[in-house]
Amino acid sequence: MIEFRAVTKRFEDGTIAVDELDLTVEAGTITVFVGPSGCGKTTSLRMVNRMIDPTSGTILVDGKDVLSVDPPTLRRGIGYVIQQAGLFPHRTVLDNVATVPLLSGWDRRKARARAAELLEIVGLDPAFGKRYPAQLSGGQQQRVGVARALAADPPVLLMDEPFSAVDPVVREGLQDELLRLQAELDKTIVFVTHDIDEALKLGERVAVFQTGGHLAQYAKPAELLSAPANDFVASFVGRDRGYRTLTFLHADVPVHPVTTAKLGQRVTVTDWTLVVDDQDRPRGWLSGVDGEIEVSERDLIAGGSLYDGSTLRGALDAALSSPSALGVMVDDNGAVVGVVKADDVIKALAKARAAGEVPK
Amino acid sequence: MGGWLFDPAHWSGPTGIPVRLLEHLGYTLMTLLIAAVIAIPLGAFVGHTGKGGFVVVGLSNALRALPTTAVLILVVLWAGLGDFPVYVALVLLAIPPIMAGAYAGIRAVDPVTVDAARGVGMRESGVLLKVEIPNALPLIYGGFRGAALQVVATATIAAYTGAGGLGRLVFDGLALQEFGQMLAGAVLVALLAVLVDLGFAGLQRLTVSPGLRPVGTGGKT
Repeated sequence: MIEFRAVTKRFEDGTIAVDELDLTVEAGTITVFVGPSGCGKTTSLRMVNRMIDPTSGTILVDGKDVLSVDPPTLRRGIGYVIQQAGLFPHRTVLDNVATVPLLSGWDRRKARARAAELLEIVGLDPAFGKRYPAQLSGGQQQRVGVARALAADPPVLLMDEPFSAVDPVVREGLQDELLRLQAELDKTIVFVTHDIDEALKLGERVAVFQTGGHLAQYAKPAELLSAPANDFVASFVGRDRGYRTLTFLHADVPVHPVTTAKLGQRVTVTDWTLVVDDQDRPRGWLSGVDGEIEVSERDLIAGGSLYDGSTLRGALDAALSSPSALGVMVDDNGAVVGVVKADDVIKALAKARAAGEVPK
Repeated sequence: MGGWLFDPAHWSGPTGIPVRLLEHLGYTLMTLLIAAVIAIPLGAFVGHTGKGGFVVVGLSNALRALPTTAVLILVVLWAGLGDFPVYVALVLLAIPPIMAGAYAGIRAVDPVTVDAARGVGMRESGVLLKVEIPNALPLIYGGFRGAALQVVATATIAAYTGAGGLGRLVFDGLALQEFGQMLAGAVLVALLAVLVDLGFAGLQRLTVSPGLRPVGTGGKT
């Protein structure tokens, strides 16, 4: 558990970066600090491991005042992941990951064995251990950064915009990976980002910071969207917040059957037909073809996003992005289950609202 | 003219070419060692703390402006003949490029890397010795090799005050109007400069992490 008690940071030039921050980060959760640049989110994070010391106030990690511990010792007990990973370019990936265990006095063999184990935990082939950081992609470097932070098995992990320098597709993969890791490791994670979508996706609790170092709201993501504390929070979570609220609803949507055809099959297309491969995975749509044809990749109209049965947002997006207005739902193996319609999603939302499932 | 250099008589005895070469190499290596011991810690410390950069730049420029021959003569007048004045003059010549290389090398280390070093719990000495210096090595070598070339060339002036080295061939040749000997001296100095640089290039390859070579060429994959 991390507690901020009346923490203020005033820089030498008089700017107040953090103003009287009171906040408790619960153990075993991911807490996200989010806000525009200059709102004090990174400064708040960096005060936890004393990369910056507060002007006044107290920060407790598991009940212990951080100012009572000498910074290097404190930092070895707190995992730290930064933007662009910050790997040591002159050290191999394995030695990068082994850094903290070695600093803590483990012998080299044990530290390297632990490092190899961590590479696997973060989803990297141990063969990467012999490479140097410059030989890895941005996403791979960031995985190594996470492995390095976890090496000494610290209870607390600080992550300062760790995924903001990688492209959106890789970022999404890393986010999913972090959620998977957290489910196994159960760390107390503080995650800083300026991306509200990332905050809402990762955070069990989200602290929205406002310019001038004020904490504007500290709440669960669904509550942030449905009941923003002030205009700043409302505008920061964005105009799409009604749509984003759907992310937190898991209501059932009726699934309709759909006409399918396999590649290479001879069919007569009368209505929108979903073309699937041998494993029933969707390949694309067919529509408006005269007479009987043999289905080939060439005739396909690209499909939209796929709905995996999890959230209403996924269902609605699948329906809205599909050329046939039918959102394709797939099972865990990627095989077609049926289709959903946007109208049904709206009805499910209304029903959830009536049942009081939408936070007010 | 080249006859002097290839005359076997000049390749033996206490004033033969091998002796002069070794003397010259001795001046060079000892000078570089002393200069490195002074300049690398100074440049690295200033680079690490970020304070006193103007001292490094000012000192370097002032030292560069000193005419080496004048320094040599002044120290001879004060301390008498021998190797000591030679070392003073050459060390003062070697310090600026080595110090500038160390300073620039440390400053050029990515601040993100240094932040990460502190963030994982390294002490300041660890940050400097385990992260900044290893990453600054290519630039440190750059300054050092530049200094080495200057010192090899300039060590000829040792002979001006009666000390040894390849300068003897140049100065004796001049005194005796023996231009073949002068040419031999010049050629050997140039050759030695190339060899010394190759030696340090080899050392650099052995001591700089493969991770710091340009992408695509470095390390085993």
